[in-house]
Amino acid sequence: MYENPDGVMIGLEVHVQLNKLKTKVFCGCTTDYHNDPPNSHVCPVCLGLPGALPVINKKAVEAAIKVGLALNCKVEEHTQFYRKNYYYPDLPKGFQITQYDFPISSGGYIVIEGEDGEHRVGITRAHMEEDPGRLVHEGTIDKSKYTLIDYNRSGMALLEVVSDPDMRSPKEARRYLDKLRNILEYLDVFDGNLEGALRVDANISIMGGQRAEIKNISSHKGAERALLYEIVRQKNVLRRGGVVVLETRHFDEAREITLSMRSKEEAHDYRYFPEPDLVPLKISGWAPAIKETLPELPDARRMRFVEQYGIKDDQAKSLTGELVWANYFEDFLKAYKDEYKEKLDPKLAVAWIEVLKGELNYRDLTVDAFKKEDMLSILELLVSKKITEDGAVDIIRTLLDKGGSPDEIVAEKGLLKVEGDIVSTAVEEAIKENPQAVADYKAGKEKALNSLVGAVMKKTKGRADARAAREVLLGKLG
Amino acid sequence: MIAKKDLEHIAWLSRLELSEEDMEKYTPRLNSVLDYFGELDEVDTEGVEPTYHVLPINNVFREDEINAPAKSLTQEEALSNAPKKQDGFFKAPRMM
Ligand SMILES: [Zn+2]
Repeated sequence: MYENPDGVMIGLEVHVQLNKLKTKVFCGCTTDYHNDPPNSHVCPVCLGLPGALPVINKKAVEAAIKVGLALNCKVEEHTQFYRKNYYYPDLPKGFQITQYDFPISSGGYIVIEGEDGEHRVGITRAHMEEDPGRLVHEGTIDKSKYTLIDYNRSGMALLEVVSDPDMRSPKEARRYLDKLRNILEYLDVFDGNLEGALRVDANISIMGGQRAEIKNISSHKGAERALLYEIVRQKNVLRRGGVVVLETRHFDEAREITLSMRSKEEAHDYRYFPEPDLVPLKISGWAPAIKETLPELPDARRMRFVEQYGIKDDQAKSLTGELVWANYFEDFLKAYKDEYKEKLDPKLAVAWIEVLKGELNYRDLTVDAFKKEDMLSILELLVSKKITEDGAVDIIRTLLDKGGSPDEIVAEKGLLKVEGDIVSTAVEEAIKENPQAVADYKAGKEKALNSLVGAVMKKTKGRADARAAREVLLGKLG
Repeated sequence: MIAKKDLEHIAWLSRLELSEEDMEKYTPRLNSVLDYFGELDEVDTEGVEPTYHVLPINNVFREDEINAPAKSLTQEEALSNAPKKQDGFFKAPRMM
């Protein structure tokens, strides 16, 4: 049972860009603008020109329902849009089209790994809205005289996923974000690698006090840091006998601190009213059919991996935690069988996929940087005992750093495992040439054995299996 | 009743600057609008569903197709009415 000593309560509002759609939510402008000049994918609707009328993208509604169902939400019978009024240059109409008291789905939950095991975080609602434009400031935000505006992003379909205040630590908040992102990727509605794909506002209070809302968090790591800072700040306020006030704070990502925004900014007075240009939606009837199309989600896949392949739960968790690696694993097993007409042990596969993942992460590379065929060859060499584990690691590293093919590298570096009698000859020579080490070992210095193993490896140019060499040595010295 | 303080707030929300003279003029005008709506409050709406939309239509969609129903503008067209622009961006005064 987690005690939650500071009485921390965290709720998150996550803005998810439905960026796998072809077009924006209310107009036919493309969502593929990330590498294009500013204001090159805009139209009267997303520029908010007078008289332009929005029409909702059917696929966006389907995607929103999909996410709602995956988050265990109820899809509402009646859903409609509102105008949220405020003046800011990123909002060309002077209002944002969003939802208010009739969101498309509500009342769900996500299970995360909490401070004390499985922990359920409630989903208050997931509602649809449009993305504002992107602001660019010349110089820093507090020094520049002008704001430059790019409306390519304006009108992108967003889903705002609002959680209950169920997270009890910044770590739980990060895990919630990871899990949400993971689910969204499985649903194929979202590409998290694109700039601005996921933005977070966090509400946090301690000891039952007032909450602060922290805006402008753009990553899961940022969320954890902003929340850690905010807990310390609120504790300091209380310790000095002060009162934590209800306010909006801005996260300064570079300095990793939160700053109070002007109090006038917080006078939330959005004057919501129903959007007259969009008729209500009655789409709860779509839910059963869409539910049928939901893919296997991360938790289900993790359990299946453990059952079907006999791998460890934490390995299954790590694989299914990223869709690309979960798919890689299953594709790999299949490809191996197709190629070598023999089943690859899933435990061996997962161990080597983890090695590959580590080497890629170390070099800041993605899975695309390593050919799957090369990985198949390496596993075959290992399974047929033609190379050692050290040799396999050497091949992976060489391929990543210098290129080539596994066979070339094996030949060049002489990585083929040597025969048993060569090892035993090398062992005999090593014993003869290192009498001092032998004497030390016999006198009880266990470490002396290592230098003898080293001598054997040197004589076989590293092709001997270190463990085998050690056994042969022990046998001869015994 | 709208007081001067309320008017100041409404003006601020709309980013409008009102002179003392404007305030004097608008306060009674807004109050007369409110009085008029006040008459509507007297209608008994007990048990009547709120009307959010006047059209008896639901579920109007567009397909997820590029340039449908209308085509995107070129950057030049998009910026053609902008009083200030720079490097393809709209240019606005910085907001606090
Ligand atoms: Zn548009």
